[in-house]
Amino acid sequence: MKFAVIVFPGSNCDADLLWALKNVLGQEAEYVRHDATSLTGYAGVFLPGGFSYGDYLRCGAIARFSKIMPEVIRFAKEGKPVFGTCNGFQILIEAGLLPGALIRNDSLKFICKSVKLRVQNNQTVFTREYLEQEEILLPIAHGEGNYKCDAQTLVKLKENHQIVFTYSDENPNGSIEQIAGITNKRGNVLGMMPHPERAMEQLLGSDDGLRLFQSVINHTRKKAKQ
Amino acid sequence: MYLVKVYVMYKDSILDPQGEAVKGAIHRLGYLAVEEVRIGKYFEMKLSKSDADIEKQVNEICDKLLANVNMESYRYEIVEEK
Repeated sequence: MKFAVIVFPGSNCDADLLWALKNVLGQEAEYVRHDATSLTGYAGVFLPGGFSYGDYLRCGAIARFSKIMPEVIRFAKEGKPVFGTCNGFQILIEAGLLPGALIRNDSLKFICKSVKLRVQNNQTVFTREYLEQEEILLPIAHGEGNYKCDAQTLVKLKENHQIVFTYSDENPNGSIEQIAGITNKRGNVLGMMPHPERAMEQLLGSDDGLRLFQSVINHTRKKAKQ
Repeated sequence: MYLVKVYVMYKDSILDPQGEAVKGAIHRLGYLAVEEVRIGKYFEMKLSKSDADIEKQVNEICDKLLANVNMESYRYEIVEEK
């Protein structure tokens, strides 16, 4: 059971993701470059935060056309877990794997701090280790995390329980309905603006990110046994 | 050669916080008649003449890359150049 961390030109949270999977959780994990063409043999794929292609044009818009992306899309369509944090979330949205759009924070400021989130759905591949409605603390660091979608999409997101995390204390970026993270309809693709990989050890102020990775690992382990 | 001028704007339904901030600055300069500011992007592309349908190509490029059609709309002009 091996996990892939995709590295785009400009990714800067790739090392954190690898650290989380490998060093904290003892999993087999490795970098896969943006120009690789295969994800064969991996149990899950992680898209890191950062500034892929300098965030030119729109965040994630150019990364979406990297060579590896058709393979990420294929992987997601097979129902395997795909996770994107921050810039990774932006890339998943640009790739059409998740609905809606992420626009500039309504304050126009880049915001870097820890925020409280509420777990709205603990029945996903990524959140089974959390309690429903549990409040957790994770860091955010983004300038364009203001989630927007049309009314129809919002109805669908709610109906299908795709809203997984919301900001609980304050809404740092102006997201519609305080949305911090969503899944696709099938529930195997999660995108979120906060960084669970930066909250893996109490030393860093919170280890609330740990259980997200444990959830994915438990899920893939179970799948592998089937 | 064709010169293609592409204008990408947020859709009307999307709040443009950048435009709002600039509007605030314009007001502080004393130009209170300015009621709305929206900021978009302008691209110039030069395309060589070919048999392919240029409008089709430009539409595809805009839909796939230049605009995120979830939140942005675009229009373009095509100018023939020597």
